[in-house]
Amino acid sequence: MESTSESLFGVSEQRLAKMRRYRKLKDQMAAVGISAGGVGVIFAICLIFFYLLYEVVPLFMPASMEERSTLVNYELSDPFFSVVEEQGQVVLAVDRQQGPVFYSARSGEVISRPGFSSDSPLTAFAKDAPGTRAYALGFADGSVLIQKPAYSIEYGATTQDKTVIPHITYPLGQEPIQVLQGEAISKLAYRESDTQVRIIASGADGRLFMKDFAKTESFLSDEVELEEIDTVQLPSPSGELSNVLLSLDQRWLFLVESKGTVEVLDLRNPVAEMRVHIADVSKEDADITVSDFLLGGFSLLIADDTGRISQWFIAYNENRKPYLANVRTLTLEEGVAITTLQTEHRRKGFIAGDAEGNIGLFNTTADREVADEQLANSPIDWIAMSPRGDTMLFKAQGEAPRNYHVDNEHPEVSWTSMWNQVWYERYDEPSFTWQSSSASNDFEPKFSLMPLTFGTMKAAFYAMLVAVPLAICGAVYTAYFMAPALRTKVKPTIELMEAMPTVILGFLAGLWLAPLVEANLAGITSILVLTPLFCIIAALLWSRLPRDISTRVPDGYVPVILIPVVVFAGALSMWLSDPIEATFFGGSMREWLTNSLGIDFDQRNSLVVGLAMGFAVIPTIFSITEDAIFAVPKGLTQGSLALGATPWQTMVRVVLPTASPGIFSALMIGLGRAVGETMIVLMATGNTPIMDMNIFEGLRTLSANIAVEMPEAEVDSSHFRILFLSGLVLFIFTFMVNTTAEVVRQRLREKYGSL
Amino acid sequence: MNSLKLWFRKGEPWVWLNAGAVAICVVMVVGLLGLVAVRGLSHFWPHTIIEGVYTEPNGSAYTIVGEVADEEWVAASRVRGTGVAIPEDVKVVKRMLIKTGNRDITGLDFRWLIAENLRDVKTPSELMVVERREWGNFYGYLESVKENGNVVASGESARDELEQRLERALNLFEDIHEIENTEIGAINYQLERLRLKERSLELEGALTDAASLELKEERAVEDAKYQALKANLDDLYVQISRDSMVARSMDGTEKEIPLKLVVQFKQPNGMSFFGKIGDYFHQLWLFLSDDPREANTEGGVFPAIFGTVLMVILMSVIVTPFGVIAAVYLREYAKQGPLTRTIRVAVNNLAGVPSIVYGVFGLGFFVYFLGGSLDALFYPEASPAPVFGTPGLMWASITLALLTLPVVIVATEEGLTRIPKSLREGSLALGATKFETITKVILPMSSPAMMTGLILAIARAAGEVAPLMLVGVVKLAPTLPLDGNFPYLHLERKFMHLGFHIYDVGFQSPNVEAARPLVYATAALLVVVIVALNLTAIMIRNRLREKYRALEN
Repeated sequence: MESTSESLFGVSEQRLAKMRRYRKLKDQMAAVGISAGGVGVIFAICLIFFYLLYEVVPLFMPASMEERSTLVNYELSDPFFSVVEEQGQVVLAVDRQQGPVFYSARSGEVISRPGFSSDSPLTAFAKDAPGTRAYALGFADGSVLIQKPAYSIEYGATTQDKTVIPHITYPLGQEPIQVLQGEAISKLAYRESDTQVRIIASGADGRLFMKDFAKTESFLSDEVELEEIDTVQLPSPSGELSNVLLSLDQRWLFLVESKGTVEVLDLRNPVAEMRVHIADVSKEDADITVSDFLLGGFSLLIADDTGRISQWFIAYNENRKPYLANVRTLTLEEGVAITTLQTEHRRKGFIAGDAEGNIGLFNTTADREVADEQLANSPIDWIAMSPRGDTMLFKAQGEAPRNYHVDNEHPEVSWTSMWNQVWYERYDEPSFTWQSSSASNDFEPKFSLMPLTFGTMKAAFYAMLVAVPLAICGAVYTAYFMAPALRTKVKPTIELMEAMPTVILGFLAGLWLAPLVEANLAGITSILVLTPLFCIIAALLWSRLPRDISTRVPDGYVPVILIPVVVFAGALSMWLSDPIEATFFGGSMREWLTNSLGIDFDQRNSLVVGLAMGFAVIPTIFSITEDAIFAVPKGLTQGSLALGATPWQTMVRVVLPTASPGIFSALMIGLGRAVGETMIVLMATGNTPIMDMNIFEGLRTLSANIAVEMPEAEVDSSHFRILFLSGLVLFIFTFMVNTTAEVVRQRLREKYGSL
Repeated sequence: MNSLKLWFRKGEPWVWLNAGAVAICVVMVVGLLGLVAVRGLSHFWPHTIIEGVYTEPNGSAYTIVGEVADEEWVAASRVRGTGVAIPEDVKVVKRMLIKTGNRDITGLDFRWLIAENLRDVKTPSELMVVERREWGNFYGYLESVKENGNVVASGESARDELEQRLERALNLFEDIHEIENTEIGAINYQLERLRLKERSLELEGALTDAASLELKEERAVEDAKYQALKANLDDLYVQISRDSMVARSMDGTEKEIPLKLVVQFKQPNGMSFFGKIGDYFHQLWLFLSDDPREANTEGGVFPAIFGTVLMVILMSVIVTPFGVIAAVYLREYAKQGPLTRTIRVAVNNLAGVPSIVYGVFGLGFFVYFLGGSLDALFYPEASPAPVFGTPGLMWASITLALLTLPVVIVATEEGLTRIPKSLREGSLALGATKFETITKVILPMSSPAMMTGLILAIARAAGEVAPLMLVGVVKLAPTLPLDGNFPYLHLERKFMHLGFHIYDVGFQSPNVEAARPLVYATAALLVVVIVALNLTAIMIRNRLREKYRALEN
C-alpha cells in the first residue's frame, strides 16, 4: 500500500513541497550569511594590520610642491627678505628702497607700503626669531629701527571667507635708536628677550659694536621703555664680513666671513677673551654664499657655491671648551652655488635654491633632502615661507615670483632619525634619544626608536632569564615525573596565572616588590644560590633516608616535599639579608653598588621587571612545554627505559630531543608575550628611555611608550604616526614569532601522529 | 663516595631540581594570591588604635595615637643614616609605620617610628576614628556633641547622641546627593538636549520663531523645576549643617568636626569580636557600593565595578555572535584546505598580539576614523565638542570584543570539532538541512564550549587595562554610563574600570601611602572575579570533555 505524506503527517503534498522550498531557501540564506559573517570577521582581523599600515605610510611619503599661481603684478627689485603670513594670503617684503611692502601672495599686487619712520636710506637688515616676526632695519646715519608686521583678519559671510589686513607696528617705539655715530650700518644683528634688547652693528670700516638695552614694559599702555645699558666695541673680524649672526640666547656671536671662516665670539667673556674659536667651515676653498640660523637660533646653516649646506653649532669638547662643530652636511646639487636659503618657522628644516633653479626641501634632524625639484632655469633670487610651511613663494632671475603649495607633513622622520645615532642640538655628540615633546616651541623632536627597542628587548631578556629555567624545568617534571593525581592539581594552578591581570602583577611589582628588592638586595641574590642548593641537599638527605620512611611518599610527589624547603630557603635568605649586607656591604648593598662599583641603582629597575614579567610569562611557556612533553609517544620512553636507561637519561636523550620543537614554540610564544606586555613595564620601571644593559636601571619599552604618550599625541602629527609605527612593529614582531611557533607546533603534531 | 657518584650519574639531583622548579612556581602562585588576598581583605578589619608616648632621639616626648600600618626590621646603620641615634651594639631595629591621620592638624597621615622608643602603649576603648569626607581620618577622643554651636551632650552620653545625630546627617546627605546628582543632573541633561536641538534646527535653517518659542517654554519648565529643587537643597544644607562634634586629638587640641563631613565614626578598641566581624562586612559593603572620594584614595569603587561590568556585558553582546559565526564558518562551511589552515593560524596568533596594539588600532580606527565620521554625519549640532569622536564606552567595548574574538573563535571551534561525526550524519540522514543540523543539533551541543570561550573572553576583558587607557577609561567619570535620562544607556560616555583604578590610584595618586590598602582591596576584588570566572570555565570544559567521551564510546 502506498503511503503518502498526507496520510502520515496530515499535511498536503503541496504544502510540504512549499515547506521544503522554504527550508532550502533558509539553508542557502544561512550559508551565505554565515560565510559572509565569517569572511567579515576574518576581514576585520586583517583590517588591524592594514589600518596600522595606512596610518604609518604617510611618514615615508616624499614631500611634494605644486604650483598655485604666478605673481604677475610683482614689481619690487631686490628685497632683503620676504615672508608669507599664517593664512598664506599676504607677503611682507623688506625692500632696499621702500622698506616694508605688503603684497598679495596670489597676484603680487601691492596691498600697502607702510614705509618706516626715518628719512635716512636703508643699508642693513636683521631678523629676530621667526616666532616673534620682528626685524631690525639699519640706516645710513647709523640708526636702527625695529619693526614688526601685524595681521588682523576680517571675516566675510562665512568662516572660510576671510581677508587678512596687514600693518606695521613699532614694538620699541617709532624713534630710531642710534647705534653707530655718523656711520652707515653695513651689517646688523638683533635679538630681543623679555628683558633685554641686544643690537650688534658693523660700520663700513669693519669695526663691530654691541649695544644692550634694558627693556621695561609699562603696565598701563603697551609701550616699552628702553634704557641703554652698555656699548662695547667687539674684536674686529679678520676678513671681509659676509654676515653677523647672534644666537637666540644672545650669548654667541658668529662672524661669517665670505672666504670660508666663522669666528665665534662668546659675549659673556671680557672683550679680550671673547674670540673662542675660529672655524674653517668650507671645504676646498668654496665661498660662503648664504648663512642663517635654523629654527631656535642655535644652529648655523652655511651654504656655499658648491651646492653644500652644512649645519654647525656650539658643542663642548672633552675639556669643556666650546667649539663650532660640523654636525652634518646636506647637498642640493653638487657643484651648483646655493643662492638663497629660507628656514622653516616651526620645524628644524629649510628650503634652499641654487643658481640653476633647483629648489630643495631639507630637514636637519632627519638628515635628509625631503624634496628636490628644478622649478626654474635661472638662479633663484629669493624664497619666502609661510609659518605653517605649506606655502612657498620664490622668484627666479628674470621671472615673476611663483606661489607653490608645499605638502611636507613629516620631514623630521627618516630611517636615520629613527634607527641611527643623531647629533641633536645642545648635545655634545651623536646619540640615540627618544624625547618626543617639550614645552618650548623651537624644540627639536627626538624620535629615535633605538632606546625603546632596546628597552623592549632588555625587559624581555630579563623576563625570559627568570621564566625559561623555571617554566621548562617545571614542565619537564610535571609532564614526565609527576604523579597523575598531583598533575591534575598543579597544572591548572600554574595555568590559572596566565589569566591573572597584568595590572595586578605590575602594581605588586612597583609598590611591593621594588621596595622589597631595594631593601633586601643581598637576600634576593642569596635566594638564587640557596634555593637550588637546598633542593639538592634535600635530595641527598632523602636518598640517605631509610627505605621504609622514604617509600611512604609515593613517586612523583617530590615537589610536595620541596615546597617547605623552598619556603625555608626564601625565608632564610630574607632573614640573612640584613646581616649579609651589614657584614659584607657596609650596611647597604644598594649603596655599596653605587659607591664602590659605580653601578647606578633605580628602585624600579630591570630586575623587578624581570621577576614580575618572568612570572607573567611562566604559565605560557610552562603550559605549552608541558603539553609538548606529555604528548611524546609513550612507546619511545618505554623503549628507552626497557633498554636500561634511567628516567633522567630517557628524559634528556629521548624525550627532550623529540619535544624540542614544541619547547621552541613555547619559548617563541613566551617571548612574544614578554615583548608586548604593557602594564607590568609601565608600572614596574621608571619609564626612562635609556640604553644601558645594567640590571639595576630602568627602561622604557615600545608598548609602555605607546600607553604613556598616545593620549597626548596630536592626531596625525609625526609623533602620532611614529607611535602607530611602534604599534605596527610590535604587531608584526609578535605575529611573526607566533606564526613560527604555530607552524613548528603543527609539524610536531603531525610527527607525533605518525609515530 | 661511590654511591654518591652513582646517584649523580643516575640524574637524581636534576630530577629534584626540576621538582624544585615546580615547587617554586607553586609557591609563587599561591604566595601571590595569598599576598593579594591577605593585604586586600585585611583592609576592612577594624584595626586597633593605640596610644603611646614616643620619645624622639633628641629627648622630646609626645603622645602618639593611631593605627599600626606596617612593621619592619631594618639594619641599624640605615636608621643611623637618617640621623637617628642608635646604640652601637644594636644591629637591627624595629620600625613601625603609624597612621596618625589628622592631616588637617599635623600635615601628614603617616609617620615611621622606632618601636623601642614608643612606650606606655595602651588601647583605651574610648579612642575613636572618624572617617571624614575631607582631610582623611581623624583619631582622638570624643568630647562633646553640639547643635548649632551649643553643647547638647558630653562625656558618657556623647557617644549615643552622636550616633543618632550622625544617622540623621547621613540621611540628609543621601537626600542632597540624590537631588544634586540625579534630579539636577537630569535637568542639566534636558537643558543640554534643548541646546543641541536648537543648534541643529539652526544648522538646518529651520529655527522658526514658533520653534524658538517652544524651546524657550521647555527651558522655562526646566528652570522652574531647578528653582524648586534649589530651594529644597538650600533647606537641606541648612539642616545638615546643624550638628557638629568636638574631638580631642593626640596633641590635646580640640577640633570641631561638622557632622556633614563625617562618613562614619567608630571605637574599634571597644568592639567585641562579633562586632568586629559585623563591622568588617559593613566596610566591605561600603567599599563595593560607595563612590570614591579624595581623588580616588578613599571611599568605594562602585563606579569602577559598574563600568567594568557594563563594558564586559556590551563586549560579550558583540563578541559572541561574531565569534560563533566565524567558528561555524571555519568549521562547517569553509572548504578545509591551506587557506582555512592559514586563517586558523592567523586567528590563533591574534590572541598573542599585544593588547596595546588593539588599543592603538581602536583609538585610530574606531575613535578618530569611525567616531569622527559619525559625528560629522549625525551630530553636526554638537560640534566642535565630539560625541563619538572621543574615547568612550562603545569604542572600548568594540575594541575589547576584537581583542577577545580569537578566544571565542578558538574555544567554539574546539567544541565544534569535538562533536562526533555520527551525530551530524544522523541529523542529515533524517532529512535536516545543514542549517537545521547546525542550529538544532550542533550549536546546542557545543553551547558549553561557547560558554567557556565567552567566560575566558570575559576574564581577559575584565583584566585588560592597556588598550582601555587609549579608548575610553578615565580616572574619574562624573556620571555613570547608565542612568535615568533617555536613552538611558550612554554609549559615548567615558567610564571607570577596576584595572585602571588600580593603576591610577597606585601610581598616579598624590597620596600613594594612604591609598595603598585600597589598591590592595581593589586588586583582591579583581583577582577574585577573574579566578572565579576562570575556574568556572575550566569546570565547564572538564564536564564537557567527559560528556563527549561518553558520547564517543
